Amino acid sequence: MTKGFIGALAMLALGVGIARAQPDAGTLRGIEKYREALAEDNPAELWEARGAELWNARRGPKGASLAQCDLGKGPGVVKGAYAELPRYFADADRVMDLETRLVHCMVTLQGFSAAEVTRRPFGGPDHRSDFEALAAFVAAQSKGVKMNVSLDHPKERAAFLLGEQMFFYRGGPHDFACATCHGESNKRIRLQDLPNLTDAKDAQRAYTTWPGYRVSQGELRTMQWRLNDCFRQQRFPQLKFASDTSIALTMFLAHNANGGVFNAPAVKR
Amino acid sequence: MADPMRIRASMQGDKVLVRVLMSHEMETGQRKDESGKIVPAHFIQNVTVTHNGKTVLSAEWGPAVSKNPFLQFQFAGGKVGDKIQIIWTDNKGGTRTDEAVVN
Repeated sequence: MTKGFIGALAMLALGVGIARAQPDAGTLRGIEKYREALAEDNPAELWEARGAELWNARRGPKGASLAQCDLGKGPGVVKGAYAELPRYFADADRVMDLETRLVHCMVTLQGFSAAEVTRRPFGGPDHRSDFEALAAFVAAQSKGVKMNVSLDHPKERAAFLLGEQMFFYRGGPHDFACATCHGESNKRIRLQDLPNLTDAKDAQRAYTTWPGYRVSQGELRTMQWRLNDCFRQQRFPQLKFASDTSIALTMFLAHNANGGVFNAPAVKR
Repeated sequence: MADPMRIRASMQGDKVLVRVLMSHEMETGQRKDESGKIVPAHFIQNVTVTHNGKTVLSAEWGPAVSKNPFLQFQFAGGKVGDKIQIIWTDNKGGTRTDEAVVN
């Protein structure tokens, strides 16, 4: 009994020694298992359901729903739309990502003011975000669709190039760029893998799992939120919601993920 | 009014597997807001599940249960087409009732 106990202790100590030396396959498998356990019954479904309701609800000064909103595949077509965003929209003469397009539709179809709807774009304990619900609903309709973001239009190409420049731009008090964390393969911070967003496989895996339900926050988060928080972590000036910079970065990431099978809303730590 | 629950009930062998996602803040009453005031506790206290009108699960919950709780359990004696009804009540008197059919 005592001998067995000491043996177990020794093995434990050995295990700790190995884990300290390097993140071995066992640790990574453990993280994978944890992720799988979280992925069952994703609370993102609650956001999807609310988003579907919001999409069809008659709201705003014009009392209109978003059902006629053109996400790039024709008015009201939601299926597969997210896998082709961001894209150039002729009616706005601008490249737009999903959230920016939603703002556009809320303004043009429903009569809201852009300032009002983007005042608090992210949800918190005392505030629920319409964008997070709508993004969950729209993104879910692209599950299983291959990412196919075009750079055919000159403005799409310009957005991509600006996004690329932004990605490698070093600045702020920490002299950080996005590429500082996301430019090398097989890196992680604590338990979080850092996808190498310049590598097609990693970029696909990362981009196709946003929007995601963040367990640690109890909220569904979108790509706009992800970039906003990356800027905060870099100690950059606050990234303005639906700004050209945010769209350009999204364009860079989305295009790098082309060919990946979309699979969001996912669940994140 | 609270958001609807997501209920899935399916036969697993001779038992019914029920999986429920509830939409609720589940405030513990320990957290402070930006101005330093305590955010009042707000959590689901009672959960009752009935199968064709007969109670199969009754639970008392507290503030330790997570936000947007997920509940999974099995019970015997059900079959395809049976009706499952779930009711929760929170400490502020809020309540929500949803139904699903076993498939």
